[in-house]
Amino acid sequence: MAPAVVQMRTPAETALIERFEAEKAGLPGAAAERAAAFERFKAKGLPSKRVEAYHYTDLRALMRQAPEAGSQSLPAPKAPAGVTIQSLAEALAGGFRPGLAMGKAEDVVVDLNTAFMREGLVIRVAAGTAVAEPLVLDVAHASRHGRVIVEIGAAASVTLVETHSGADGVAYSSNHVVELILGEGAKVEHIRVNAAGNEALVLSTLAASLAAEAELMSLNFSLGGAVSRHQSFITYAGENAKLDLRGVTMIRGRQHCDNTLVVDHAVPHGTSRELFRTVADDEAHGVFQGKIIVRPHAQKTDGQMASNALLLGDEAAMSNKPELEIFADDVVCAHGATCGALEESQLFYLMARGLPRAEAEALLVEAFLGEVLEAVSDEALRDSLSARITEWLAARQAA
Amino acid sequence: MLEIKNLHVEIDGKKILNGLTLTIHPGEVAAIMGPNGSGKSTLSYVIAGKEDYTVTEGDILLNGNSILEMEANERAAAGLFLAFQYPLEIPGVATMTFLKAAMNAQAKARGETELSPGDFMRKVRGAAEKLGINPDMLKRPLNVGFSGGEKKRMEILQMTLLDPAYCILDETDSGLDIDALRIVAEGVNALRGAGRGMLVITHYQRLLDHIVPDKVHVMAKGRIVKSGGPELAHELEKDGYANYVEAA
Ligand SMILES: Nc1ncnc2c1ncn2[C@@H]1O[C@H](COP(=O)(O)OP(=O)(O)OP(=O)(O)O)[C@@H](O)[C@H]1O
Ligand SMILES: [Mg+2]
Repeated sequence: MAPAVVQMRTPAETALIERFEAEKAGLPGAAAERAAAFERFKAKGLPSKRVEAYHYTDLRALMRQAPEAGSQSLPAPKAPAGVTIQSLAEALAGGFRPGLAMGKAEDVVVDLNTAFMREGLVIRVAAGTAVAEPLVLDVAHASRHGRVIVEIGAAASVTLVETHSGADGVAYSSNHVVELILGEGAKVEHIRVNAAGNEALVLSTLAASLAAEAELMSLNFSLGGAVSRHQSFITYAGENAKLDLRGVTMIRGRQHCDNTLVVDHAVPHGTSRELFRTVADDEAHGVFQGKIIVRPHAQKTDGQMASNALLLGDEAAMSNKPELEIFADDVVCAHGATCGALEESQLFYLMARGLPRAEAEALLVEAFLGEVLEAVSDEALRDSLSARITEWLAARQAA
Repeated sequence: MLEIKNLHVEIDGKKILNGLTLTIHPGEVAAIMGPNGSGKSTLSYVIAGKEDYTVTEGDILLNGNSILEMEANERAAAGLFLAFQYPLEIPGVATMTFLKAAMNAQAKARGETELSPGDFMRKVRGAAEKLGINPDMLKRPLNVGFSGGEKKRMEILQMTLLDPAYCILDETDSGLDIDALRIVAEGVNALRGAGRGMLVITHYQRLLDHIVPDKVHVMAKGRIVKSGGPELAHELEKDGYANYVEAA
């Protein structure tokens, strides 16, 4: 018998274990879920690059410091008509079950969040409610294990914005989870802005389940953090649901940003579109791992996945890993991944019209990323994201 | 004055221009004709400042100053304009946005003030109308999905708006139908004079029927092998290049 491989606990793992033992009695509700999730973490430890899903983002090596439990509350936006907002602690203490949007997916980062979650919100949008103004969640870096669960009733529609920000020069880590449970015919736009501090380790997860005819557009707009990983786990629970998953990543210096997604077509007639664009300057490293699963009965699934990267820096890199796992025979699925520098011939054309090189590059980069923003319907919101792109490029020109 | 003096140019170790000498005086329209592959587009790119080429000998002078060390955008601001044989498609950049960026960049480089948004719109609309360009096209991404003729008209629109001192037109007539050829030629003729020099590269006499050149140069194997008046173009149309290619 081969000897069992015993990995030494890392300091972060040890800290997490000690912290859980010390804090669990004070954590609100969901005791059984917390304990089970924590046991899974204890058995597996932090995932190293030998774990396929974490191959490009070796959390075991990267997590030097365990996220703290965090503050008690996440500031709640004002609830418009037809929307109720409850604190997570209150909901969990009242027996609310977290994790329903995860479907069959299992993940250590989500397990850690489940074990430690304390601050957060449970938001319910009543059936048929069309929320006009975006609901905006400002997540400051004091929030470490946040969870926001949003139940969107049948035929309701809402735009949800999470903005994660934090101070530069502070090596903090955070682990946030958003669960979206879309009822029949519900329509949701979800925009996550990662403007975390430049030394942060930013872990975040979107878990969503889509009932019949539901439509979800989710955009991860990421420019902050030293190391960021955003994962999306999407499950189709009813037929004819539509998913539009998008990503804008702008990284420079030695930033690392990972977008990992698993789209699980468990029922027939689902449509999914994934469009991720990365711009990496200097020595930055972008990662895209996208897996589309089509279960045996999920006929007529239509999935199209694309990841395109522009490498501005000579030392910048992109790891693209699109995967299709198809077990049904009547489906249309495709993926494409591209990675390259700006087109010299296009740059020359623009320069020949008088644009200095940096300006020509900025115009092409804005065009490249701008296409991804087209799915954001709220004009003010789209403009604010465009402005962040322009700002990022201006800082590049100034450097 | 735009002077090209004994220009030798290589790309990837392959010699393409071979001691080319040519002068374009202010207000003069010169035509270059020559067989495929003789180096006409290469010459236009080298003048405009494309970086892929190595100038091994010779010089290009604009009003007495060498431009070889200048970036393409600096040459544009100094008054050079190349209408491309194959205009590039720029996805995601609205034509109007591009025109504004180009005009502002040149104004800035010359220390001039930018046009107000209203003046800019009026100027673009007016110039577009003269060239038969539908205003809706200005909202589309630059050249993306434009027909061959539409791309060429867009080049002339840019030339009109940027008001350059020296224009190089590389086969602007190719891909144009008969009416478009007339409209584009009118657009070019409208820019003639006022000290503006033009270098018109073409394979066909029919363009030169509309834009009558002051001089015609024959290019073969990377050099000018014969120069003359407009009658030279008629001669070439009749006899072809055989005599000149052998001589070169
Ligand atoms: N990158 C390159 N590497 C090698 N040879 C090149 C390269 N670019 C151009 N050439 C060669 O240089 C020569 C001149 O090309 P150029 O495009 O300047 O010709 P042209 O006179 O404009 O022809 P046409 O009338 O067909 O437009 C051709 O033989 C072409 O194949
Ligand atoms: Mg040519």
